Order: sequence, then structure tokens, then C-alpha cells
Amino acid sequence: MKHITTPFTESIVRDLTSGDTVLISGTIYTARDAAHKRLCEAIAEGQPLPFDLQDAVIYYVGPTPPKPGQVIGAAGPTTSGRMDAYAPTLMEHGLRGMIGKGERSQTVIDSIKGHTAVYLAATGGAGALLSHCILESETIAYEDLGTEAIRKLTVKDFPATVVIDCQGNDLYQTAPAAYRRNA
Amino acid sequence: MREIAWNTIRDTVAQLAIRANTVLDTKVEEAIRQARTTEESPVGLAILDQLLENSQIARETATPICQDTGLAVVFVTIGQEVHITGGSLEEAIHAGVAKGYTEGYLRKSVVRDPLDRVNTGDNTPAIIHYKIVPGDTFLITVAPKGIGSENMSRIFMLKPSQGLAGIRQAVLDTVLSAGSNACPPLVIGVGVGGNFEKCAQLAKEALLRPIGQYSQDPAWAQIEKDLLFAVNDLGIGPQGFGGRTTALWLAVETYPTHIGGMPVAVNINCHVARHESASL
Repeated sequence: MKHITTPFTESIVRDLTSGDTVLISGTIYTARDAAHKRLCEAIAEGQPLPFDLQDAVIYYVGPTPPKPGQVIGAAGPTTSGRMDAYAPTLMEHGLRGMIGKGERSQTVIDSIKGHTAVYLAATGGAGALLSHCILESETIAYEDLGTEAIRKLTVKDFPATVVIDCQGNDLYQTAPAAYRRNA
Repeated sequence: MREIAWNTIRDTVAQLAIRANTVLDTKVEEAIRQARTTEESPVGLAILDQLLENSQIARETATPICQDTGLAVVFVTIGQEVHITGGSLEEAIHAGVAKGYTEGYLRKSVVRDPLDRVNTGDNTPAIIHYKIVPGDTFLITVAPKGIGSENMSRIFMLKPSQGLAGIRQAVLDTVLSAGSNACPPLVIGVGVGGNFEKCAQLAKEALLRPIGQYSQDPAWAQIEKDLLFAVNDLGIGPQGFGGRTTALWLAVETYPTHIGGMPVAVNINCHVARHESASL
């Protein structure tokens, strides 16, 4: 189990291999479908972005509302493939890490290789457990989007698995073969 | 004629929505514990343990098991001798969903139009299925369903000549294409027969059947067992990281169909197979 901290520098990312389990600490940003659309529109129009993408990590999540006294509600990963249309543009502008769940397109894998980035998965369906690793949450942009707003999260020992490393190795492609018993 | 007050239905729907989203079905927990005894992958075992720990945290803190608290799918079985007082049944259900999702701190995931995508703010409208029966019973089931697994569901208009092999291929193709996206270990509902919309509804209803309760038809019960075995031989494993536990459970519901067709629908669910019922 590796302990890593954000921001994800190139040397941190180069040290991660598909299949590694890691505990992430530091600042990560939430964004899912609607926020990605706005981020890419802002880039296309040359507008400033709500946070610095350089070496940043985006977590694909739309949390439930916090109850009184809670930092955040349930906060597990959403399906990453819906962000495939936007992820290469963000990587071109410095994004280094993505946390979600589920397969990525070949275009995204190529982009991960080309920009020395990394894609990690958190456990889908473990939203209550994962919320305990989130120490602070602050909405920093697109508040009108509700659960889809961009939040700046401070996480400690957030558990994730490296799925696609900067060499383009993809755990989802390699891991099931060892357990497959039919065509 | 038996009377049921509008606000009783509203409050019941609200309670069922909150409970379904925060308390994992004990039969799912049992199935996960059972899967631990056969899972060969260390990573897979660790994930199954995480899901059990997550369930415990959710239950103890009344936090949703998963942040996708779903579209609220509601099944109503209403006796024709029942009269709803104080407002319409449909309004009571929508009001109950709004109340449950607001007071229970559940996520509001519904947009008013598929293209303009403006959130309705209270997770309404629900998707409601009515069944009218003789007598004065009133049974209501709230089955919130997340989109990660719903997006991976499929419908196949097979030819009769494709037979059981065609059904098997439809199920395996759906699970393979779902891969890691639907958060395995899965619960799978299969509908066979009827027509285009009927088989989709059968697949959804199959998800309501208690885990461990096979079809009452011995032939279909054997098919359910064989299909679950075949799914788990795919090796996808917990979260798609490889392993023996791709699905915890698979149920098939059937209906008579046309001489020229064999519709098959595969409704994929994650392990958070939510459904809570109440009789009023």
C-alpha cells in the first residue's frame, strides 16, 4: 500500500503501476458530467478556470447532501466513461489524476500515456465508507449545479486502486483473464 | 370500500425511500458473506469486506449506502375496493418521494428534460407501476435505482430459434459490456417473453424478488442457477478487478409471448439492490 499526496507531480505518477493500491492525501476536486462540460466550454472560450488544473486530481463524484454536523454525505465514485469526451482536453491543460470507476476509452488511455497521467478507481457502492476519508469540503464553482458543483475536498488516506498507469496498462483488461473460465 | 388517506401514502413512501437508501438488504449482506467463502482474489476479498464495512457505517449513521440514491421506482398493487382520500394516489407518491429525498438528505438526481437537464430539485417525478387486483389490499414498494447500473442494462429482440442459448448469450454479453461500470458484484434481473416493454418491466420486477428465492418453475430455477454460474465464470470479479464474484444473484421472470418472438431484457443492478415494501 503506497501513501501518495496531491498535487500529482510527474515523478509521483511515474512511480504508480496498474494494480497498485494507494492511499491519497491532500486536495482533490470533484467534477462530473455538467461540471466537465462547463470546464471544457471555459477552456474553449479562453475563460479562467475555477481551480488550477496543473498536476491536479479530479474525483468523479456527486455526493449526497451532508446532514447537520457532517462534512459531506455519501461520496463514492461515479462511472468515469461519461467523462471520456472531456478528459483529454483537461489533461492537455495539466490535469494529472482522475479518480472514478469503470472503463475508459482508448482515446483517454492514449491521452493518459501522452500526458503522463493516471486513472484510479475507488470502490463503487462504498459511498458511506469513502466519505469518512474526506476531512473538508468547500464548493468553489458552479454552485447552481447542486450535487454536480465543483468542490475542493481535503482527503486523508483515501483508498484507491491504480487502473490505468502512465504506460497505458489497464487493470480492467488484464485482471479478469486470470479468473475467466468461459469464452 | 376501504379508505386510505393521501398523507399516509406520502409518509410511507418517504420512509421507504430513506430506509431503502440507508439500510442494505440483509439478504444482500448474507450473499456478500457467502461470496467471501468462494472468492479467490485477494483484491476481490478486500472489496467485499469494504462493502460490508460500508453497509455497517451507512446503517449506523443513516448515511446513504451509495451517493447515487437513484430514480425512485415505485410499484403499487392496489385492490379495486380501495379508495384514496384527500388527493390523488399519484400525487401522494410524488410528494412522498420529495419528502423522503429532502428530509433524508438523499441526492436529487432527476432532471426535468433529457436535453435541457435542469434538476427538478426534489428527485421527482417517480417512475410508477400500478397493478390493480381484486379486494382491498394496498402494497407499495419503493425501489430506488442508480444510473451506473441502469446504463449498462440491455434489451434483445431474439428469434425463437435462438432458444436458451440466445438468452444465455444475451445475459453474458450484457454483463461483459457492463464490465466494471456497474460496480460488480451485481444483482441481475432478467425478463423473458412478453413484448418490448413487458420484458423490460419483467426484468425490473425480477430485481424485487428476495435473493435466494429461485423461480417456482423448476426449469427456470435451474436456468437461473446456470446463468449465475456462467456470469461468475466471466472472471470480472468485484469492481472488475478480477475474481469469482461478478454477481451475487440472478433472477428471471417470464411471460407468454408471440409465436414470432422472444424478447429478453437484462436489468443490471449493483449490490445495493434497493427495495422496501409496506402494506397499508
